[in-house]
Amino acid sequence: MPRRRDLKRVMVIGSGPIIIGQAAEFDYAGTQACRSLKEEGFEVILINSNPATIMTDANIADRVYIEPLTPEFVTKVLRKERPDGLLPTLGGQVGLNLALELSEAGILNEIGVELLGTPLTTIKKAEDRELFRAMLREIGEPVPQSVIVSRLEDAVAFAREIGLPLVVRPAYTLGGTGGGIANTEKELVEIAARGLKHSIIHQVLLEQCVAGLKEIEYEVMRDGADNCITVCNMENLDPMGIHTGDSIVVAPSQTLSDKEYQLLRTASLKIIRALGVEGGCNIQFALDPKSFRYYVIEVNPRVSRSSALASKATGYPIAKVAAKIAVGMRLDEIRNAVTGKTYACFEPSLDYVVVKFPRWPFDKFSLANRVLGTQMKSTGEVMAIGRTFEEALLKAVRSLEIGVFGLRLPEAEKLPEEDLEKKLTVPNDERLFIVAEALRRGFTVERLASLTQIDPWFLEKIGKIIAFEKRLEIERGFGPQRLEEAKRLGLSDRTIAELTAVTETEVRERRGTIGLQPVYKMVDTCAAEFEAETPYYYSAYETEDEAPPEAGRKVAVLGSGPIRIGQGIEFDYCSVHCVWALRREGVKALIINNNPETVSTDFDTADRLYFEPLVAEDVINILQKEQPDGVVVQFGGQTAINLAKPVAAAGFRILGTSVEDTDIAEDREKFDRLLEELGIPRPAGGAAFSVNEATAVARLIGFPVLVRPSYVLGGRAMEIVYNQDDLVEYMRSAVRVSPEYPVLVDKYIFGKEVEVDAISDGEDVLIPGIMEHVERAGVHSGDSIAVYPPQSLTPEIEEKLVDYTVRLARALRVRGCLNIQYVIGPNKEPYVLEVNPRASRTIPYLSKITGIPMITLATQAILGRKLRDLGYTTGLSKRGAYIGVKVPVFSFAKLLDVDVSLGPEMKSTGEVMGVDRDFATALYKGCVAAGYSFPQEGTLLVTVADRDKEEAVPVVQELAGLGFKILATAGTAKALQSAGVTVEVVKKLHEGSPNIVDLLRAGKINLVLNTLTRGKMPEREGFRIRRTAVELGIPCVTSLDTMRAIASVIKAKMEGELISVVPLQEYHLEEAQV
Amino acid sequence: MRAALALEDGTVYHGEAFGAEGENWGEVVFNTGMTGYQEVLTDPSYCGQIVVMTYPLIGNYGVNDEDSESRRSFVRGFVVREACDTPSNWRSRRGLAAYLASQGVTGLAGVDTRALTKRLRRYGTMRGVLSTLDLDPESLVAKARACPQLTGQALVPEVATKKPYVVPGSKFRVVLFDFGVKENIVRCLSRRGGEVVVVPPQTTAEEALKYAPDGVILSNGPGDPIDVRYAADAARELIGKVPVFGICLGHQILGLAFGGRTYKLKFGHRGVNHPVKDIVSGRVYITSHNHGFAVDGESLPEEVYVSHVNVNDGTVEGLRHRYLPVFSVQYHPEASPGTHDAEYLFDEFVALIERERR
Repeated sequence: MPRRRDLKRVMVIGSGPIIIGQAAEFDYAGTQACRSLKEEGFEVILINSNPATIMTDANIADRVYIEPLTPEFVTKVLRKERPDGLLPTLGGQVGLNLALELSEAGILNEIGVELLGTPLTTIKKAEDRELFRAMLREIGEPVPQSVIVSRLEDAVAFAREIGLPLVVRPAYTLGGTGGGIANTEKELVEIAARGLKHSIIHQVLLEQCVAGLKEIEYEVMRDGADNCITVCNMENLDPMGIHTGDSIVVAPSQTLSDKEYQLLRTASLKIIRALGVEGGCNIQFALDPKSFRYYVIEVNPRVSRSSALASKATGYPIAKVAAKIAVGMRLDEIRNAVTGKTYACFEPSLDYVVVKFPRWPFDKFSLANRVLGTQMKSTGEVMAIGRTFEEALLKAVRSLEIGVFGLRLPEAEKLPEEDLEKKLTVPNDERLFIVAEALRRGFTVERLASLTQIDPWFLEKIGKIIAFEKRLEIERGFGPQRLEEAKRLGLSDRTIAELTAVTETEVRERRGTIGLQPVYKMVDTCAAEFEAETPYYYSAYETEDEAPPEAGRKVAVLGSGPIRIGQGIEFDYCSVHCVWALRREGVKALIINNNPETVSTDFDTADRLYFEPLVAEDVINILQKEQPDGVVVQFGGQTAINLAKPVAAAGFRILGTSVEDTDIAEDREKFDRLLEELGIPRPAGGAAFSVNEATAVARLIGFPVLVRPSYVLGGRAMEIVYNQDDLVEYMRSAVRVSPEYPVLVDKYIFGKEVEVDAISDGEDVLIPGIMEHVERAGVHSGDSIAVYPPQSLTPEIEEKLVDYTVRLARALRVRGCLNIQYVIGPNKEPYVLEVNPRASRTIPYLSKITGIPMITLATQAILGRKLRDLGYTTGLSKRGAYIGVKVPVFSFAKLLDVDVSLGPEMKSTGEVMGVDRDFATALYKGCVAAGYSFPQEGTLLVTVADRDKEEAVPVVQELAGLGFKILATAGTAKALQSAGVTVEVVKKLHEGSPNIVDLLRAGKINLVLNTLTRGKMPEREGFRIRRTAVELGIPCVTSLDTMRAIASVIKAKMEGELISVVPLQEYHLEEAQV
Repeated sequence: MRAALALEDGTVYHGEAFGAEGENWGEVVFNTGMTGYQEVLTDPSYCGQIVVMTYPLIGNYGVNDEDSESRRSFVRGFVVREACDTPSNWRSRRGLAAYLASQGVTGLAGVDTRALTKRLRRYGTMRGVLSTLDLDPESLVAKARACPQLTGQALVPEVATKKPYVVPGSKFRVVLFDFGVKENIVRCLSRRGGEVVVVPPQTTAEEALKYAPDGVILSNGPGDPIDVRYAADAARELIGKVPVFGICLGHQILGLAFGGRTYKLKFGHRGVNHPVKDIVSGRVYITSHNHGFAVDGESLPEEVYVSHVNVNDGTVEGLRHRYLPVFSVQYHPEASPGTHDAEYLFDEFVALIERERR
């Protein structure tokens, strides 16, 4: 069946902002799907609120709507565009939920839009727990038994019937409080009693416990003619009980015999057929390690994080194929784009091992609970490919960029044995290193297996690495043969160096002398059975190299690695655009990256893809082989920037701004000198290497001060300090973070923050736009609401910003991108806060709203082209007719124990954009897209710090005027009352019941305004208020600036303005006509 | 201990030996299955061949007592990237090396199996010698060039039963010509209630018909079909008298019996991921393969049609007689190793038997 001819226009729903559990994989899937549909001649309409995506680029879909992903806005787009079909299975859970809602509301019928791909009944069957279980029972596939009980006796009876252990989950409680695993009847009675008490509706769910079983996943595809294949299976190193997103995952499975492999494959096919999925789906099984007994745990009837991983692990483009299936094509009609010869109707065969490793945000959230369980906590992941498990695992570890290059974690070495054992049973993010440490201390595999439930096979492999390390350590040196063994096992040069007390460079040189270099093998979907065309490579210490250096002019682009707080999908956007620009300029582009969720690691993005760790050793190996004409480091975030020095030292040319000039911008002293020369002001301050030095600086410039370690990313360990005691405490904790760099102490200027992105060719400096932050300095720029064009800057200030930016760009000899952050002081003077001579996270947002292809221009400038020849000149570009508001999105609901208050440490995981001609509407759209639901009426709770009390009055007054009832704590209430606001006083937590938290839980508060105070007790109270609000889904605002913006949104909404939607392709139509 | 594999084109691969010490020659072929090495090792169709596994980690789940496809291993050598010496699986009874040693099979580990596979893909399967005794490249290459070709060897008699035997059942009776049968074919028939009379390869049609079978199955087996012309003769006589189902070598034998021609594939199909399309229904199945020869579709008479083709390379994967109850497939409906996608063919055969009985 070729593609359907009755369809012409297809709409695709994206997944919105990046949050924990929904990351870049949907940009990868969506981009592939849109291109796949366009390839078949469809007109593609896309809606997605996330501007930092490739899929929302004008060349990916014909009509791109960056609008909120709510039924209301999707309906608006549907009504406006009237597509023939809607494809919802590529936008994660968001896409599926929207399709369900729209269908149930009758909107799809009314507009006459056909749902493409997997039918709705299927989605319901997979999503609704009861329907799902009923279907599985019908086809004879086992599910863990479960029951909902409201009486203790029933719980006990169930346990006696099916046996222990049981998982107890109270219905409707916060963060799963009161649940647990009961191993004995006594425990069951205890936990169930507690659960029943905590449950609002007095019910608990009892489920057969599958924790400890093997967790196995299959990626399955089915077309409309009922042809089915499995793309890949994956085995979680961590057993059931740890979310697969937080597990180390291996592809293909390692410990399953063919009987087990086929048992689960056959079950997978049976399930996808019974569900009637048309496209891809992910099926999770729990498999008993001691028998053929298994349970079906979950089915995702859509592309997912796992499908992105499976695609990158095998080379099989699941999303691309799923999109073609949705428009009627059959698997055997779709070409295998990797071989170019075979068809999509086959099962990939791997001749390598893939390891996926999660990247957790605990470096940012040092106080968060690091224990891993059923709630996913990682923000991103890396993937590594090797010819052995050890090689792939060690590559994955060094790809994480957590300062670890092998299996040795200094903290673990210090742990007493009891703690070590405890950490083995209660897993956290450091589990692998804890296991390694236990092996180092002589724990047996049997003991470890029983403590961790990790299959002995994996433990033996880790043990092999440890044993080899020990041998190297004892021998205190290595001959050529030992070195080759080490490299074939996957040990990094750095690990070898550490173990044998030489330097990493010496190891590299020794390798050079004996000609021990890795070869590059191809990922070809078929284990070399067919000749393949894809240039997708990984390294291995083998004999045959399959990637003869690319001929002609070529440039290597260093990617940005795993998604983490402070370094998100924006940098993948930049890397991809750089690659595209290079190719358009006739230069071959090689990309090096290790993040399987991204577009940059799609096999057809670059001329060559090296799926490798982004650390000096692996990058230099590739460069030595390819000998590119240059290396681009400015688009891959701090990951790539950090590689500039070693890459340059190894003799390769860094294209764009030089390493030395980048260093001037990052080195405090050099930068101060430059600013002085240029006469550009910055907040007073200095560098300090000790507590005394810091105190001296603070005394000189006066509190409050902003303190941070140098070489920052995402505001790590940055803090505003108001007094001496806090400064001393900060110095104690922060200096430990990075001992080689000083701590910077700056005067904290409480003013408006603005951000400028510029592109320079060394002479001309193009400034596409200035962005104004809603929140004043002190809130990390990544966590601020940003507005383009600025709404409150005077022409004089703008002029000064342009002048400073141009002069800084020239002084730093910037070639490519430059980002500067300024604060406008009370004297209306801009002060430079930070200069980043690289692409920033605002690039995609600004590129889209200004229509200026920033990365393309930057890449051209890097290659030596002149902006003037490309039609651009120095200075600020003309404003467009549309206003774009970037709103940050947080994942607080997923991370318990994390304070939601905004500060200089970045906490957001993603962003959305609201676009309109009118500021308030753009802000409204942005806020709606970010998931804020604003009560139009109800009760506002105000509890603010003393220093904010006066300033809080007008905005609270405004909301009271809009009809909100105001509650406040005593101090705040007093300030409000004296300004004539009617306020009801509420009790603080320590003042008895009913207090704030009680009222929040009772649903009596609809909106919270709480600003951070200092001092220990109140802070804890604030923390509890904020956490409770977040967990109950009540909007909690921690900045007065945000509150004012929201008040204007609420007001605009009340005035009932008619809101329209506009595609990206029309943002700049009017100027074009002028 | 070291071992080396030499190919007739002069390439030599050195690595670590595992399993038995010794020296053996054979046709070097590669298998792309990621699981199922125990079934591969014990599949009699690999008799005469040195098998290279493309998946780099082999032996992970050990060797158990249940998954062997015949009484022993018939491979002439086993080449892997890494032979796992710490297997983990609840059914594992022994490690791969110990198993190979018990079977007198030499293993070679630590070689760049992907490079080797690419060579076989590019230049076709080749003769080779695997040795732990002689590591001299020149001498080994000379041996590889001197050893017999696959065609012309009497491989079927080496692996097949010498005497008939019966596996009891009640619903129907099948005579199974054993050319090197995989046990799962017998199990698949037994599971369906059939009595299986397993007969030696040289059994004549007359002898077979004496068992009054409801159907006849021609099994898989090693080597070139032209080396078992006698089987084609028997098959020719059986066609039309009783329902016949050919599997793998049995399919090629039927092709010859119909007067068709068989030919050698450049590097064959060995793996568990081959898409095969049913020409009539249009459905595609992922199937288990192990064949180095194929039937030439053009050479068949008009009353026989190609029922299945390989989606990857278009080779003939199934035949069916237009009027008579005879069909065959080039792949393995019994799987082991591999997918269960094609097991329905046994049901079709049983249905055919029942229809013909009426």
